[in-house]
Amino acid sequence: MNTDRPGGFLDNRKASACIHCGLCLASCPTYLETGNENLSPRGRIYLMRAMDKGAVPVTEASASAIDTCLGCRACEAACPSGVRYGELLEETREHINRSVPRGWMETLLTKVFIEGILPHPERMEIALTPARWIKAAAMDRFLPAGLREPLAFVDPHRPAQESLPPFSQTARDPSRGTVALVVGCVMDVMFRETHRSTIRLLQRAGFDVVVPEAQGCCGALFAHGGNMAEARRCAAHNLGSFNAPDLKAVVINAAGCGSTLKEYGQLLSNDPRWAPSAMAFSAKARDLSEMIEPECIDWLPPRFGRVTYQDACHLAHAQRITEAPRRLVRHVARGGYVEMSESDVCCGSAGSYNLTQPEMAGRLRRRKIGHILESRADIVVTSNPGCLLQMKAGLESAKNRATQVMHIADFLAAHLPA
Amino acid sequence: MKLGMHRATQDESALLADLRLILGSPQILSDPLELLVYECDAYTLEKKIPSIVVLPNSPFEVAEIVRCCNKHQAPFIPRGAGTNLSGAILPIENAVVISLTRMNQVQQVDLENRRALVEAGCVNIWITNAVRSAGLLYAPDPSSQTACTIGGNVATNSGGPHTLKYGVTTNHVLGLEMVLPDGEIVWLGTTLEGGEETGGLDLRGAVIGSEGMFGIVTRVVVNLSQIPQSWRTLLGVFASVDDASQAVSDIIASGIVPAALEMMDQLITQAVEAAYHFGFPLDAGALLIVELDGLEEGLEQQAMEVERLCKANRATEVRRARTDKERADLWKCRKRAFGAIGRLSPNFLTQDGVVPRSKLPEIMRFIQHTSAEFGLRIPNVFHAGDGNIHPLILYDESNPDEVKRAVQAGNRILERCLELGGSVSGEHGIGVEKADFMEKQFSQPDLDAMRSLRRMFDPLHRCNPHKMFPNGKRCMDFAPRRQISV
Repeated sequence: MNTDRPGGFLDNRKASACIHCGLCLASCPTYLETGNENLSPRGRIYLMRAMDKGAVPVTEASASAIDTCLGCRACEAACPSGVRYGELLEETREHINRSVPRGWMETLLTKVFIEGILPHPERMEIALTPARWIKAAAMDRFLPAGLREPLAFVDPHRPAQESLPPFSQTARDPSRGTVALVVGCVMDVMFRETHRSTIRLLQRAGFDVVVPEAQGCCGALFAHGGNMAEARRCAAHNLGSFNAPDLKAVVINAAGCGSTLKEYGQLLSNDPRWAPSAMAFSAKARDLSEMIEPECIDWLPPRFGRVTYQDACHLAHAQRITEAPRRLVRHVARGGYVEMSESDVCCGSAGSYNLTQPEMAGRLRRRKIGHILESRADIVVTSNPGCLLQMKAGLESAKNRATQVMHIADFLAAHLPA
Repeated sequence: MKLGMHRATQDESALLADLRLILGSPQILSDPLELLVYECDAYTLEKKIPSIVVLPNSPFEVAEIVRCCNKHQAPFIPRGAGTNLSGAILPIENAVVISLTRMNQVQQVDLENRRALVEAGCVNIWITNAVRSAGLLYAPDPSSQTACTIGGNVATNSGGPHTLKYGVTTNHVLGLEMVLPDGEIVWLGTTLEGGEETGGLDLRGAVIGSEGMFGIVTRVVVNLSQIPQSWRTLLGVFASVDDASQAVSDIIASGIVPAALEMMDQLITQAVEAAYHFGFPLDAGALLIVELDGLEEGLEQQAMEVERLCKANRATEVRRARTDKERADLWKCRKRAFGAIGRLSPNFLTQDGVVPRSKLPEIMRFIQHTSAEFGLRIPNVFHAGDGNIHPLILYDESNPDEVKRAVQAGNRILERCLELGGSVSGEHGIGVEKADFMEKQFSQPDLDAMRSLRRMFDPLHRCNPHKMFPNGKRCMDFAPRRQISV
């Protein structure tokens, strides 16, 4: 870390890029909800700097404004000054983790569930089993609300667990090249069908698709929580798994992971062993929507009703990709596409945020569901599993069964000939 | 606390207890930690931590808060998004900051009469977002419009690039609801249901631009305008600021009224290009953005005339935005230019002087001279069509000598604006920053008249005290003693 003051933990050059203009405010979901500037990017950077200088002690109370940050990075897209807020946040969280002892419940949640289970597909499989039983037996209604809510994310039926083919050839001749699919951790357990859709779309677009076996968690869950050492370890592991030089691209269908993959170069920049290959890897990382053109979906069945698109924060703000997925969705939805208001505002899922900050996550979820219902969309399409689950759970608790939420890969693949 | 911040006095504790009777706990901030970010707005040269920040949900709560402050003789200050550039909301005297950011809705839209009723904390661009599908917009477009609030726009009578043709806030605000400094709620000007004009004195007009000293604006009825049928956006590339300034003068003299006429000099162009990669020529001495809009009929002739006038002033190139996206990108660059300064310097001080348009070349030369004299870089991006300059004086607040020089350079430029027959502020307001200049611009009787108008609204000087008028109490000299956040 580049620190130039005793006790300082922020990269001073990055921190002083904020000139306090306030243009970020209206982009921040927690500020929109509360009107409290402490819960805005400008307020949080002010606090980070004060902590960094030692003017404010780092305690549980002072950390709470940082804890409630979604890390959605909408402020980065709004910032005219180019402040790299996401990096400042990670540096600050890492420092807070070192300095502030947390309660046992929080430690259990972070260390055991978020960091110990989620990134490990085999452990997650085990953890999900009792949850599925409860859901399948419809016993969840007897649970207290605090336990019932997270269960809303669980599909009672174990999805078909047929593993993904290690290699899928395109029908196009000649092929446009070989791409590798990143299957991720949570995604691979809960959304393997979405991976199949992704592979079919990539084949349709003319790519051969490989699924490297040795890959692991991208590290996003760790990085967002400030556990940078573990995030770097994940990154280094994946660099080894995706090192075939002839890969045209490394493709991901989860926005949260995608932004981390694209930032491997930055994450490992101080590690001379890995820095060059990390840069090369990040240069190849692509979101699915960057790989396929609307024209390759040329078989259109009867049209859908109204369709809208919810930006995944880490696609729209961290990767600045907003047009490509809309172009695809609009193409398939034809005249049925509607834009909902605040489509670029976080739904409250934000990785593990809905677990660590349930109160604010719930408020943002209600806000989002309000906009979805107002748009009268029949289908909401999005680009990240967390957002999808959050909106599904929100619609369920609003007793809305008519509106469907779909991952963009599944939405698009539904329009490919079988 | 390590902060050594203000600790609640007995009076404050009593005030706090009374506020707790009115507001819920998330609506009151009184922990020194939570007050920190409220110590300044986008003008960071002076800072002062408020005693309490409150976040009301309704005009009634605002009125209750104001009455409560009166009971405890505490000064109070309205605050929106805090994007102000002149320290107009600096909480001098341990003031209570009344933040209107939770009152942020477009409450009603009347498409037939082209009006909307919005709360003070509503972000400027949200009004346009709410009515765009009906082909309408809210015309005043300050560069901070994606964050700044309509209440703040009323307080400073905000302008923006397109106010050259369409007028400033006062031309688009029909009426407003305000909590007077004694806690009474009044409505000034047209109501949503009322006719276009009201009889009697135009108190609405008096309030707009009063920088929050006359009361706390809680709701506003704004006028909505039609989105122009067509537009032409031109980018003139000039070798020198002198040539570009002359072109501005010539365009206005020709009788054409552009919707916007903006200039960027070389230094700001380089910063903006680094930030947004628009494709600006980096070797140009100055760029002019000229936008013409209205009915398609006749627009092309105007555009050709503007092109001719630019070339007559040695423009090396005149480009045109060919698509809506190109136009939007160009405006994004212009409107976010201030922010791009973060790439050049950790701090900047912007001035907001006005000169007669014909004096633009002269003031721009003077700014260059001042920059050399004080050894500070001063990029410029401004509303050339209005003669409203925005020199951005770059400094680093961790260097006290540089801070001092920045302030001196700014003062020198403003003095020159006055000498040239201009004014010290076009749109940012006076705040604390330019209060001492009021004496130079206005005679004593003029200032007395302004003060007595202010006394009519706020006899006890409780509402946003020590702003705009000279000799107000300042919280510190221009070398801040404590900088929490460097």
